Amino acid sequence: MTDAAVSPPNAVQEGKRRRARMRARKVEEKRVRTLVTPEGAALNLKISTFGERFGAFILDVALQFIIMFAIVFAIASIAGAFDFRGWQIAWAVAQVLIFFVRNFYFIYFEIGRKAATPGKRALGLRVADRKGGRLTANAVIARNFLRELEFFLPLSILFSFGAEGVSGWINWLLLIWCGLFVLFPLFNKDKLRIGDLVAGTMVIHAPKVQLLDDIASVAPIADSGGKIVFSSAQLDIYGIHELHVLEDVLRQSTPEIKRNVANRIATKIGYTPQSGETDVVFLEAFYAGLRRHLEQRMLFGERKEDKYDQR
Amino acid sequence: MSDRVMKSYRFREEREADWKQLEQIIQRAESRGVGGLSDQDMERLPGLYRQAVSSLSVARTISLDQNVVAYLETLCARAYFFVYGTRSRMSERVAQFFARDWAAAVSAAKGPTLLAFLCLFGGALLAFFLTLNDNEWYWTFHGGWDSRNPNATYDELRATLYETDRDIIDMLGAFAAQLFSHNSGIAIFAFALGFAFGVPTAVLLIYNGVYLGSFFAVFWQKGLAYELTGWLFIHGVTELFAVILAGAAGFMIGGAVAFPGRKTRMQSMREAGEKAAMVIIGAVIMLFLAALLEGFGRQLITSDIVRYTIAGTSLVLWLAYFYLPRQDTGNRRD
Repeated sequence: MTDAAVSPPNAVQEGKRRRARMRARKVEEKRVRTLVTPEGAALNLKISTFGERFGAFILDVALQFIIMFAIVFAIASIAGAFDFRGWQIAWAVAQVLIFFVRNFYFIYFEIGRKAATPGKRALGLRVADRKGGRLTANAVIARNFLRELEFFLPLSILFSFGAEGVSGWINWLLLIWCGLFVLFPLFNKDKLRIGDLVAGTMVIHAPKVQLLDDIASVAPIADSGGKIVFSSAQLDIYGIHELHVLEDVLRQSTPEIKRNVANRIATKIGYTPQSGETDVVFLEAFYAGLRRHLEQRMLFGERKEDKYDQR
Repeated sequence: MSDRVMKSYRFREEREADWKQLEQIIQRAESRGVGGLSDQDMERLPGLYRQAVSSLSVARTISLDQNVVAYLETLCARAYFFVYGTRSRMSERVAQFFARDWAAAVSAAKGPTLLAFLCLFGGALLAFFLTLNDNEWYWTFHGGWDSRNPNATYDELRATLYETDRDIIDMLGAFAAQLFSHNSGIAIFAFALGFAFGVPTAVLLIYNGVYLGSFFAVFWQKGLAYELTGWLFIHGVTELFAVILAGAAGFMIGGAVAFPGRKTRMQSMREAGEKAAMVIIGAVIMLFLAALLEGFGRQLITSDIVRYTIAGTSLVLWLAYFYLPRQDTGNRRD
């Protein structure tokens, strides 16, 4: 059964969609850095995107501000009991504490076992050595002191000059400086900051993934009644991409979407639902059947990437 | 589905328990450190890790279950970072830094340190003689806001060196302010700008020297050089040493970028960065000590002799700490 026979009007559009999907996959693949472990196995590490890193940075800065405000507030509430001198002490102590928060927040967390600040952890990022070796404390220190140069110093100078009303072009220069450094990760393939460059580090995206139940394990239980068998012609229609989409649908979508998908698959493969059979049962059975079929073909060296992949 | 024997399904069924166990061990290790692991865990870890890694390669070729492959990818990465990651504790690292690494890094960088020293004091000497010859030079280097300028009288200048009417709170304030003064900024800047072949580092150091030298010349002309030196160097030995070391760290990186030798530029910069980081964190510690000396010491101690003694002692201590050869006890940890 060819695809054109089912939906001729959409063929052009579907072709476009497929090409867009392929492009997106290429981009994704470009993010992967393969690291060969001493055991000789390849680990695929994913470089984090600029957006992820920027988001983590914003989170961290926000958290630093919260910590600083908490310190000032706590000290102020204690010092409030005393007179004016108490306030002066409080301010000096707060300044010292803020100095430590500002300079050692990133270093403390990145030297730690998770090699990530809270902001990075929230977005599933961590710092790693670019060559796959140990992340040393020195590398962490180097990359974070350079952040000072890249961002905080120009910014603080900007604010202090702004107050005195020094000529505008200095401010513009500083802004350009700031922008160059902040946007630097956009212009290299590893998304490295200057600090990463000097320290030999990179930031990777490695969120925790839960091991969910195998969908294929449900099917045998469900088919205790009437079992659903698909012919190999029916299973030949779809490819790996569709299988993965189906996996996502089964794991995380609403009943309506499942119903829609079930209907579309049934129409396409020419399958008539038996009475008393729910969408989920049908989809799970089809998933198991399709996966088995495709995995078998894969063992023979034929990867059917998607439904257009006719070999 | 009469024969439900799917290869990937059976594959997973057989190994799942081990994966879960590895995950638990890694979870514990990540939240509580190596100390949180029992002997049994430690014994099982290498085997479980190797098994997970081989599971991953198998899963990539036989399984089309996205979730399993993604799970194994992240599990293996986490396990890898733990197994081959940093082993020492924070306290050990810190102890080792003070015992050996810091001094070793500083004494290994004698060349850049000398260069930074020459930049700073060369600039100072230049500005000193320029200002002695013509007071106008002072105004080239300084803003008008400082009361310690060539137009000030002997008594005014002398008063700034011996402020005694301050109590402990003012000192604390001075100390805190010192932390945020331009010195720590300059130190970090001098280091961070190093990668541009060290040129901005040199400019920064010379500029600071110029600032210092012209300032010194003002007091010299009024016959207050002896007193100023005591006032300046009670903390200045530590502070200027820190600035010089920060500059040296910048030159280390600059030199590595400019003259990578047989290595690639990236590799060379990265190796220098490792060493320079140690020098710069040390410089920050020195600046902290200098701030303590400036905030408290300078106000509490108004005797010139004692000021000179502290300055001299701190210089001897720093030099001995950094450059005296020491026994290598072996067992290095990263």
